[in-house]
Amino acid sequence: MTVVSYCGLTLVALAFLFPFFWMITNTIRPNAEVLAVPPRLLPEEYAWDTFAKAWNELPFGRFFINSFVVAGSVTVITVLVSTLSAYAFARLRFPGRGGLLTTYLATLMIPQVMLVIPLFLIVSRAGLTNTYLGMILPMAFSSFGAFLLRQFFLSIPKELEEAALIDGASRLRVLVSIIVPVSLPAIGLLSLFTFIGQWNNFLWPLIVVDDTAHATLPLGLTMFQTQQGTAWNFIMAGATLSMIPGIILAIGLQQLIYRGIAMSSGFGGR
Amino acid sequence: MSQTEIRTRPAGRRRHRLFNTEAHTALVFLLPSFLGLLIFLILPIAASLALSFSNWSLLSEPRFVGLSNYIRLLTVDPAFFNVLGNTLFFTVEYVILNLVVALGLATWIASLKRAQRWFRVVFFLPTFTPSIAVSMVWLLMFTPGGLVDAVFRTLGVHFPNLLINPHLAMQVIVIVTLWGNVGYNLILFNAALDLVPQSYLDAAEIDGAGPWQRFWKIRLPLISPTLFFGVVMTAITSLQVFDQIFVLTRGGPGSATATLGFAIYQYGFTNYQMGYASALAWVMFIIIMALTALQFWLQRKWVHYDS
Repeated sequence: MTVVSYCGLTLVALAFLFPFFWMITNTIRPNAEVLAVPPRLLPEEYAWDTFAKAWNELPFGRFFINSFVVAGSVTVITVLVSTLSAYAFARLRFPGRGGLLTTYLATLMIPQVMLVIPLFLIVSRAGLTNTYLGMILPMAFSSFGAFLLRQFFLSIPKELEEAALIDGASRLRVLVSIIVPVSLPAIGLLSLFTFIGQWNNFLWPLIVVDDTAHATLPLGLTMFQTQQGTAWNFIMAGATLSMIPGIILAIGLQQLIYRGIAMSSGFGGR
Repeated sequence: MSQTEIRTRPAGRRRHRLFNTEAHTALVFLLPSFLGLLIFLILPIAASLALSFSNWSLLSEPRFVGLSNYIRLLTVDPAFFNVLGNTLFFTVEYVILNLVVALGLATWIASLKRAQRWFRVVFFLPTFTPSIAVSMVWLLMFTPGGLVDAVFRTLGVHFPNLLINPHLAMQVIVIVTLWGNVGYNLILFNAALDLVPQSYLDAAEIDGAGPWQRFWKIRLPLISPTLFFGVVMTAITSLQVFDQIFVLTRGGPGSATATLGFAIYQYGFTNYQMGYASALAWVMFIIIMALTALQFWLQRKWVHYDS
């Protein structure tokens, strides 16, 4: 019974992984064979240099760097800004705290598609289309991080920081040298989800960028979708490249992701 | 009376001063996030609402036109109800399939003693990769004369060129979205199932409950808050579906796969009708709010919280 269960699920899992297999086997065959009729499961002729050729032919290196710069910057800003505001919400008393917290919560409900038009208006009026700043800033101020970290900060015993406060340490000092080191799992989780979310983001770069020099990987992939005689093997090479960070992170940080997703339901569900 | 007043006043003042320093620190700490939120979230919402009452084509100045965008979409524009229908069709089918597949696989995985985490990772992989890249891979598989066509031909089924078939193209969007995103709910439900106390299940087994009964009577009610959360979030995100449609069909054939998310992009950035596109965005927002409210109302009927 157990053996059947394992075998069955393994088969389902392998079938599920098939598109990845198809993607990779199509990067290592010549383009003429990609659309061969009938399709061949394994390449008849191998073209091991597709990846190197694609890298030289299309500016994948550029796209990769752009994706990294944008996703990395958004992550750094999000973590900094969220840490500060989460600490204020978790530990400091100030007039209007409850109301402000509710306002932050309400902004979580707003769909991204809805913001795209006015954000484009703001960014283009500021002359920031086709710039890194225009790609980064509008994505860096979600209030989700403030909630995630606030929740974690509330669980840290107050005694931990009281001694330092009595000794005259400033709140910033307490935050940096006491709260942040204890909160690294939560901060890591926020960084992970922010980075991957931005690495995978397509709609905003599509709106704000139309030159190849600033295109991120997802945007770059679509730029070569309709070129005369689509080079499918090159596009599959690009797709593979764009998936690598996510796959490495998903496998390497599986426990952190598992806990993070489990926490997300506790966050809104209960 | 006056004595107590004298005694409490200095303490009160000290607390007041402390409160002031804290408020001051809080102001500094909150400023970056508040400014960001104001400029990139709150101001855009206001601008979006204002735009939805205007006629603006990027080149000229926006002109106030009152409710005419909304009147146009409800009365004149035949495309709107098509788009709305597509969106609701996609959302309903996708949410149901996602729920069934995610819950089924999560339960299957939870029944195993070993290798749970590896199965979870396998099904989660597409969720962590760009939906554009995922869609590209599926576009290649569904290309006319491509892999999927060949498989159907071998099986003797005649569904050639699914992506250019107005009745079936949406099904491809559903499949690709499901493959790409089912992993999130799967992990969510799997985590919830892991938290169901084994003692409940053991007790039920002793009382003679079979596996199905244990699933329906114990596990399902106990994880219903998580299921509820999963359904709400999945519905909200699927109302906004865009990436897969952009790559696979561009809303076609005809307008068979044009959903609200895609239509907002198309009206706004292909036809430069920013005002009308903003009105569509507000329709989407209202649907999302209504749906969320409805689900919160419905949850009283089927969600059980153990308190």
